Amino acid sequence: MTDLVSAQGPSTPARTGAPLLEVTDLSVTFPQRGGPDVNAVRGISYQVHKGEFLGIVGESGSGKSVSSLALMGLLPSSARVTGSIRFGGRSLLDLNDRQLSGIRGREISMIFQDPLSALTPVYTVGDQIAEALLLHDSALGKRAAQARAVELLKIVGIPAPERRAKAFPHEFSGGMRQRAMIAMSIANDPQLIIADEPTTALDVTIQAQILEVLEKAKELTGAAVVLITHDLGVVAGHADRIAVMYAGKLVENGTTTEVFAAPHMPYTIGLLRSVPNMQTAGTERLVPLEGRPPSLTALPRGCPFAARCPIAIDVCRETEPGLLVHGLTLPDDLPDDLAAEHVADHVSACHRSDEIASGLLTRADVFPRPAPLAVQHSRARAEAEPVLSVTGLVRHFPLTKGGVFSRQIGTVRAVDGVSFSIQAGQTLGLVGESGCGKSTTILEILEMTRPQAGRILIDGKDVSGLGRAELLRLRKDVQIVFQDPMAALDPRLPIGDIIGEPLTVHGVKPDARQGRVAELLDLVGLDPQMADRYPHEFSGGQRQRIGIARALATNPRLVVLDEPVSALDVSIQAGVINLLEDLKEKLNLSYLFVAHDLAIVRQIADTVAVMYLGRIVEYGPVAEVFARPRHPYTQALISAAPIPDPVIERSRKRVLLEGDLPSPTEQIDGCNFRSRCPLYTLLADADKALCETVDPALRSHGQVETACHHVERNDLAISASLAGREDELAP
Amino acid sequence: MSLLEETNAAGGTPVVTPAPGPAGPDVIRSAKPLSRGRLIWRRLTQTSRFWVGAIAIAVILLWAVLGPLLYPYNATGRDPLNMGLGPTQLHWFGTNNIGQDLYAQTLVGLQKSIVIGLIAGPLGTLIAAVVGSVAGYMGGVVDRVLVWCINLLLVLPSFILLVILSPLFKGLSWVFLTIFIAGFSWMIMAQVVRSQTKSLRDRDFVKAARYMGVPMPTILGRHIIPNIASLLIIDATLGVVASILAETGLSYFGFGIRAPDVSLGTLLAEGTSAAVTRPWLFVFPAGVLILTLFAVSLIGDALRDAVDPTSGVNRD
Repeated sequence: MTDLVSAQGPSTPARTGAPLLEVTDLSVTFPQRGGPDVNAVRGISYQVHKGEFLGIVGESGSGKSVSSLALMGLLPSSARVTGSIRFGGRSLLDLNDRQLSGIRGREISMIFQDPLSALTPVYTVGDQIAEALLLHDSALGKRAAQARAVELLKIVGIPAPERRAKAFPHEFSGGMRQRAMIAMSIANDPQLIIADEPTTALDVTIQAQILEVLEKAKELTGAAVVLITHDLGVVAGHADRIAVMYAGKLVENGTTTEVFAAPHMPYTIGLLRSVPNMQTAGTERLVPLEGRPPSLTALPRGCPFAARCPIAIDVCRETEPGLLVHGLTLPDDLPDDLAAEHVADHVSACHRSDEIASGLLTRADVFPRPAPLAVQHSRARAEAEPVLSVTGLVRHFPLTKGGVFSRQIGTVRAVDGVSFSIQAGQTLGLVGESGCGKSTTILEILEMTRPQAGRILIDGKDVSGLGRAELLRLRKDVQIVFQDPMAALDPRLPIGDIIGEPLTVHGVKPDARQGRVAELLDLVGLDPQMADRYPHEFSGGQRQRIGIARALATNPRLVVLDEPVSALDVSIQAGVINLLEDLKEKLNLSYLFVAHDLAIVRQIADTVAVMYLGRIVEYGPVAEVFARPRHPYTQALISAAPIPDPVIERSRKRVLLEGDLPSPTEQIDGCNFRSRCPLYTLLADADKALCETVDPALRSHGQVETACHHVERNDLAISASLAGREDELAP
Repeated sequence: MSLLEETNAAGGTPVVTPAPGPAGPDVIRSAKPLSRGRLIWRRLTQTSRFWVGAIAIAVILLWAVLGPLLYPYNATGRDPLNMGLGPTQLHWFGTNNIGQDLYAQTLVGLQKSIVIGLIAGPLGTLIAAVVGSVAGYMGGVVDRVLVWCINLLLVLPSFILLVILSPLFKGLSWVFLTIFIAGFSWMIMAQVVRSQTKSLRDRDFVKAARYMGVPMPTILGRHIIPNIASLLIIDATLGVVASILAETGLSYFGFGIRAPDVSLGTLLAEGTSAAVTRPWLFVFPAGVLILTLFAVSLIGDALRDAVDPTSGVNRD
């Protein structure tokens, strides 16, 4: 907890004595039938000391999960594991499955990414935690185990734990399941907790809660934690040390502060620079890290990163660099002995790390920031007629029960009176947790049918009153880019046909179509020669570019971007975001950008609308909303989003939300955010009454519209959360 | 993980990794990616079952077409000197009690059965594809009506229906029998196609096409049907087997093919009474029928294993 408020350096526990976990030269190979072997992990070595928090970072396919499964002994039997893993003096690779079972769960426990599949659906949560306890401690009685399970659920912050222990996993939300998983993992006071992407499947607000719980669990049990993630922001605030993996190898390992402040390996530099940062987003362009990791079946000679590395030299293509100590980048006032220890701690695998470490090559030299586009349409050039205007949009789904004689038992208020408009050349960011109605809103717009209530105007035309031919013409103007680039492209069609598909609708001749497809491929930065290839031959980032090319085929005025980068690896995101920004400038497009990643919205949007339970709770210019969020929900969202900078991350003020998104079927009187509102709990009873009875409407506060009764008191929550934290600190 | 499944489902990566970790779809890739069709073909041709079935069916087809031309007797002519004889050098499969040559009859019957099977099987699949995809894609009232029709046809006993209708068929040719068999064999597949379509309809590429304004028949033909094509091909192949069986069954009981037409079913019907005393009348047509069905089933099986990586032999 200390780390959250104290900005003074890392709280690295003393790395003295024998390490708790010592991985030496670990390699994992998967033999393939009739193909080359997959070298998933290639000789990695690292140590974890008691009570240490290690973050392992890498792109998908970098071998980070495989290496951790190897130490749990959970790899499929076909995998070949070599090297050594020593845990508490024992070599784990020499133990048989039975002996390992004694260690798994008791001394090393694991938290998986998907909490839904990690819990057995047919037993109650309490029983499952009790089972974990009884397995390793047969002396414990059944009743005592149950009592302890309830206690554990209480520790991880599950409300009404006695009742909840008797609930089944499907009655838990994603965040609560992950809490239950953490409870189970700390049940036997393990010495090491391995968390494999524990928050990837969760919303930001829930992610912040889970990380807090994990931190708490670590403090209670004194266990060391290995957190595997692809999100640099997640490790920045919590980890003591960071290990960066690339193509099955560790390429950099050091304390969090060191790695973030002075990375020595170009890959780490690229990763750090490509992540949009909430602090700087919107003011400068992102630095793309192009290309993709090499195939693990056919690794090139030399450094595996050489193909993507902007500073690769001849030697990089010849020999693979080892993990070595490079240069001195410590503050001068550090005592010598401490400094020596720190230096030995920071290792990186690059032939040119010395140059980077000594400052000869700065981070800007390695990955220069791309220059903004020459054609700068003025962002403020607002036309009188908005491209898209939505007023009072409503979409309710009836909830029915019974087969033959179905009756309505409730209403899902997916979208409940949403209004916004987008001017030509502008980007509106639509932000909210999953289940808040973002997707329903854009589907309603794209369906172009008469909404249940409210109006949708595209180019000033009401979509509900249009005929077939007019509708088809209007469809030309509005296109969509989907979240998952795999699902958005028909696997049976060559990409030329996919991109040309919108043109077939409008009767464009095949010859003209081909020309246009080549033009579009060129526009999104792909080789026009690739038009006859199939989607599976492209990487995720390239596929997303194909999706963008298809959306641009008909020269639309508005492109709806449904989380266009959230399914991509961090390093690829920047390239796609830059492309979208370029295209917007070049073609004067308008975007409706739906996202849950606030940093990206900050980067690309002009206006932002924050949605909660089918309503817009805050709506205004992006800079203003992010600088001075007025609605408590916006405050919570912004403070929950991790920032990939340990110094900022540790000194931030946080507003944590309690609990999960309420079910949209619930009929809530008054303000629907009340149940989770951090401000509400601090209000006087008279003020609370207002929240309980009157549903707040959007009201103007300067440039920003906010739906909260107590906007003027919004800083209360922030200061209260700080005060609360300081109370906890006081012993 | 979903990305991985996606790639595998698309058949894009010939290297299928069971492990969760190293399986980034961006990473594992053969030097030259194969198209799905080529991949299936390669997996198909690697199984010995496919070759056994394919060669057997090719031989049977050739035999059924060329056999009668190379044989001196025809199916209807009688040999008054050799009535009710067992297999001889003159009459390879023997003769029946009015002196007709069984070898010639078997070949003609085989022709008829195969033709009916080859038409009725794919025809049933075609109906299933059209009805199933339209119902699944359109949803709402259309879906409800079509599903109601499917269920109705499923509960109607087709055999009894045919018995009742058989007087109407009397004057009509075997073509109507074929259509009848197809008309009663598509319902279960239509249900499968419908559910597949329902899940495909919510896939982004179908949504994208809809938002572009692509008309429904084009979406069905361009996106939906090709994505369930493998399923349909398997169904059509196995449908051939089912149709031949249905035809033989009906003909056996006298409701299908009637004299003077011959099919394997009518031959079996004539032969059963003599199965003990003059076994050749029964054994030869039955053997040919079993061989044919077995060959087609082998191909269907091999096809299913090649298309669906999670079925049968592919599971470790």
